[in-house]
Amino acid sequence: MVDGLKELFDRRDLLYIVTWREIKIKYKQSVMGMAWAVLMPCIIVCAGLIVRFAFARLSGNPLTLADLAFVAVKAAPWAFFVSALRFGANSLVANTNLVTKVYMPRLVFPIAAVFSQLFDFVVAGVVITVFLVISGVGVSVHLIWVPVLIVLLVLLATAFAIMFSAATLFFRDVKYIVEVILTFAIFFTPVFYESHLFGPWAPLLLVNPVSPLLEGLSTVVILHQSPPLFWFVYSSVVTAVLFILALLMFQKLDPFFAESI
Amino acid sequence: MTENVLEVHELAKRFRRGELYNSLRDLVPALTGRLFRGKEDGSLKEREFWALRGVSFSVECGEAFGIIGGNGAGKSTILKLLTGIMRPTTGSIRVAGRISALIEVSAGFHQDLTGRENIYLNGAILGMTRDEIQKRFDAIVDFSGLEEFIDTPVKRYSSGMFARLGFSVAAHVDPDVLLVDEVLSVGDYLFQRKCMERMHAVIRNGATVVFVSHNLREVANLCQRSLLLEHGHVETIGPTSEVIQAYYKSTESQRSGGVNGEDKQVMITRVSVYDDTGPQVEFESGSKLHVTVQARAMAIHDDMSVVIQIVDENQYPVFDTCTQRLGAGAIRLESDQMLICTFELNLNLASGTFHVNAFLYRYLTEQNYDRWISAATFFVSGAPEVRGIVTLRPKLAECRVDNTAEFEIVNQTFASGISYD
Repeated sequence: MVDGLKELFDRRDLLYIVTWREIKIKYKQSVMGMAWAVLMPCIIVCAGLIVRFAFARLSGNPLTLADLAFVAVKAAPWAFFVSALRFGANSLVANTNLVTKVYMPRLVFPIAAVFSQLFDFVVAGVVITVFLVISGVGVSVHLIWVPVLIVLLVLLATAFAIMFSAATLFFRDVKYIVEVILTFAIFFTPVFYESHLFGPWAPLLLVNPVSPLLEGLSTVVILHQSPPLFWFVYSSVVTAVLFILALLMFQKLDPFFAESI
Repeated sequence: MTENVLEVHELAKRFRRGELYNSLRDLVPALTGRLFRGKEDGSLKEREFWALRGVSFSVECGEAFGIIGGNGAGKSTILKLLTGIMRPTTGSIRVAGRISALIEVSAGFHQDLTGRENIYLNGAILGMTRDEIQKRFDAIVDFSGLEEFIDTPVKRYSSGMFARLGFSVAAHVDPDVLLVDEVLSVGDYLFQRKCMERMHAVIRNGATVVFVSHNLREVANLCQRSLLLEHGHVETIGPTSEVIQAYYKSTESQRSGGVNGEDKQVMITRVSVYDDTGPQVEFESGSKLHVTVQARAMAIHDDMSVVIQIVDENQYPVFDTCTQRLGAGAIRLESDQMLICTFELNLNLASGTFHVNAFLYRYLTEQNYDRWISAATFFVSGAPEVRGIVTLRPKLAECRVDNTAEFEIVNQTFASGISYD
């Protein structure tokens, strides 16, 4: 596993250029170009707002600006997570040519897929920051949690992307399974709502390792509190274990890629 | 300088025919087997076969080493194992230094990116850092000759331009060991020559080269030692000229019965080229060449003549002759009789690779009894003063500078019509 990471580090220029390629080709031959990177998360936030609006109407509570902030802070990382997994799962198969014809550390593909989505996330992050400043959420010392939570989210997405990319290479079924799970996952992840709405059932939602990270982000940014420690540790441990497992699995399967794709 | 930079020991690679998994029933054991594969026992399961078996060789530092063999002999598999794209089933490979491959040089290109962007992408894929690419960028563009189109997406390139750009990037990687597959057949004549010169330069600079090709002349030209692969095992290993001879012998013995696979009543059994000392592959331009054709009849055939044709590398006919035109008259063969026919030729050919085609022809009905395309192959060397296919044995009769001959254009010599530069 260490060898794999070392090789990846030695070829970091390759990782950089492949990531840059993914970003570049995503917006090639589109009139709006990079504007899509801003527009896509905005659309997801809008979808969340409609849901929150419906909640507010039914419960009779007025929709506050804080509610909008909650949705915005969670929807953008969720959009990143979903697209990173979707894109990551396809990354090896999409590069069949390179996998079968050239030798290079193949870990580059799923990781570059995640990083290219991270670029969009950063763009969306700038938009959301502007929105938060306007809505007067304010700052606090708890904001130092933000980078930690985002790094965990990226690591978790990378772990899944690595696993799914290798699995998809052998069985294309995985691609569809991932697709199905991601479509339904929004119902089981506190993106458009908060887990505390479910009262005693809330821990069930937080078992999903992404949930504590998303909730943590909104807690830190909007409520200016540190995230619940137990769930934070839980997510960190799950992420670390999945990441190591993903690397081990990838390394084990790597020699069979070229002949099995 | 006698240190081995590449050592291959008892290399074996097993493949499977057909789809990988035909049913859920073999999927589950295959999956678990993959994750928890035990010690490799080297046995074959159903539908499996050895693409390579027991291949060992070593290449010294600064040496050019050739690998030849027919289609399906395992050449590409060896290269894929050497580069690390695939892992051998058993055996080991030891490489000292950076290995780089001129194989599939355009594989890393992305259609939507421009030539410039693709140079960076492909350079990184081939193992260069961004700084290295930056430094060599101008040289790469210059080598490819695509300055004008460097900011055009490569999907608008012609296939020749595409391949040229690919080769140009690959040619600027500095490897310790360079693997070369049939990539030199890229682009036009000029570009091919440029590629060949580049290869020679790489060798001169001390890199080790493993060269895989069907172009035996290039192998003979470049490599001191070679290896002949046949059905996945090493048939011969040694000096290139010996290996090439062994290759021709083996292709000769592999020949199938007839042109259409039908049972022939008369067939050519052997075609060989030799000089005074015996069978040869390489001949000096201007020397004597003997071509012997042997044929055997299973039933009575008459009114036959033997035709031999010499074609160049591109199968373009250079010369043909036949027994009838040489005054032998119609040949008649009884059942179980053998025909032996030897032609003596003056080898007025420029240096190159040539193939011999042999025919048993019946003039009366204008039909071929049997034919054997590329029955023998030989190289011609020497004659450095001429280019082209044949040599007209030029001699310089006059070459002087004269001030008074302004209007006298009598002995004007025309260019041969073939110009290379």
